[in-house]
Amino acid sequence: MNLLNKFMNMDRRWIYIITTICVIVPFIKPIGLPTYTTPPVKNLYDKVDNTPDGQAVLISLDFDASTLPELYPMAVTILKHCFEKNIKVIITSLYIQGVGIAQIALEDVKREFPDKKEGIDYTFLPFVIPQLSLVILGMGEDIHKTFPKDYYGTSIDSLPMMKEIRNFDQISVAISLAAGAVSRSWITYANQRYGASVAAGVTAVMAAENYPFLQTKQLIGMLGGLKGAAEYETLVEKKLNIKTRKAACIGMDAQSAVHIMMIVFIILGNIAYFVARRKK
Amino acid sequence: MRRTGPLKLCLIGGIVMIIQFFIPHKFSKNFFDGIVSWLIVSAIPALVIGYYSISHLHLNKIKRKKEGFGYSIVTLSSIVIMAFIGFMWGIEENSLFMKIYQHIQMTMQATMFSLLGFYMASAAFRSFKARTPEATLLLVVALVVMFGRVPIGESVFVKLRLPNLIEWILMYPNMAAQRGIGLGVGLGMMATSLKIMLGIERGWLGGTGK
Repeated sequence: MNLLNKFMNMDRRWIYIITTICVIVPFIKPIGLPTYTTPPVKNLYDKVDNTPDGQAVLISLDFDASTLPELYPMAVTILKHCFEKNIKVIITSLYIQGVGIAQIALEDVKREFPDKKEGIDYTFLPFVIPQLSLVILGMGEDIHKTFPKDYYGTSIDSLPMMKEIRNFDQISVAISLAAGAVSRSWITYANQRYGASVAAGVTAVMAAENYPFLQTKQLIGMLGGLKGAAEYETLVEKKLNIKTRKAACIGMDAQSAVHIMMIVFIILGNIAYFVARRKK
Repeated sequence: MRRTGPLKLCLIGGIVMIIQFFIPHKFSKNFFDGIVSWLIVSAIPALVIGYYSISHLHLNKIKRKKEGFGYSIVTLSSIVIMAFIGFMWGIEENSLFMKIYQHIQMTMQATMFSLLGFYMASAAFRSFKARTPEATLLLVVALVVMFGRVPIGESVFVKLRLPNLIEWILMYPNMAAQRGIGLGVGLGMMATSLKIMLGIERGWLGGTGK
């Protein structure tokens, strides 16, 4: 009984220490467990992969640094996919802080694809106003009017790849990588109003909320949390034979360890609870 | 007039935009284009108001030396310093602005969010108990999803040749519940919009609605 009490009232710092170990050890010694692809990830991969000539993929990094570990690998791996397949990319952010992250992601991927040129292979659109629904509506009408200049101050009209891209009609898929409910705004305005194909990359806690939109095809695909990013990374590696550091897959090892630790703790906590209740 | 003017404008604007949505005529589309442009233009002064509001709030705190006024000094000086650095040396990659953003702000935000993981681990151990049948159901489903959403669990499911239980849970029971919540929220939004248009809900005017 004493031991049981001690366990149930364990100092929370022990839990913090065990959590820390479970996170750090897989990063030092990766386990490399395989990740299996789920249909929402495969659908998004196929949609990006089959982007026709004359169209572009739009990636909107609608998150800030707090959710960076989950969402940043998604941005990097989708960008790699597009650059490898010579698919034109429009990158932007509806969050002011996401612009800096988009810039870092772009520079990261460009190190592996140094031949990719601004205005020819990709366009980086700046943050315009803090009213995200208006920006999406504006893009649906005319991207050139909503973003007269790109992030570097060049006129959009003068960028070769933007000459034929005016609105969502020339966007094969708009992917919102979002920490909050921003992907809902993309569904409401870009998909419902303009018929654009919309996909989402969301944090694991947000993923469950998006399943109704997957069923209705309002979302053509979804990357749910770090697992979604790891699945996409695996697909890109397998199909395009790109061998680079797989940040999401390494992160998944740590997540596996922490999940197993939490499951064990919850089960032990419940056993202790029932034993204590019976003894009372 | 100060009260009825905005209310009338809101009612007329609301009705016009509802009608516009259902008319696929070119005139209707051009009208919508114009409205979107106007809205974008009118959203920009909101930034100025935002800066005024945050400065006013924190300056008052500092002047009156209210509790925690030191944080207000940090907030205001951060705004001024970052704006100054951005204007002086630009915001390109490797600029001082981006270095501060990447190595201070991003790190701080990521740290704050990461702390949640520790609290969640501790809270799950202490309070996730099968006290009632409903709690037991929640507990079992949560454990199955937690196990199945990571590679180690997936490998077990594949080796045992079990169907993709996790996708099924997310695609059917979860989706049904989410759709119910979504419908409730949607109806609530419609009701609130109508209340605003009809002047029943007046909180947006800045008063108490009386």
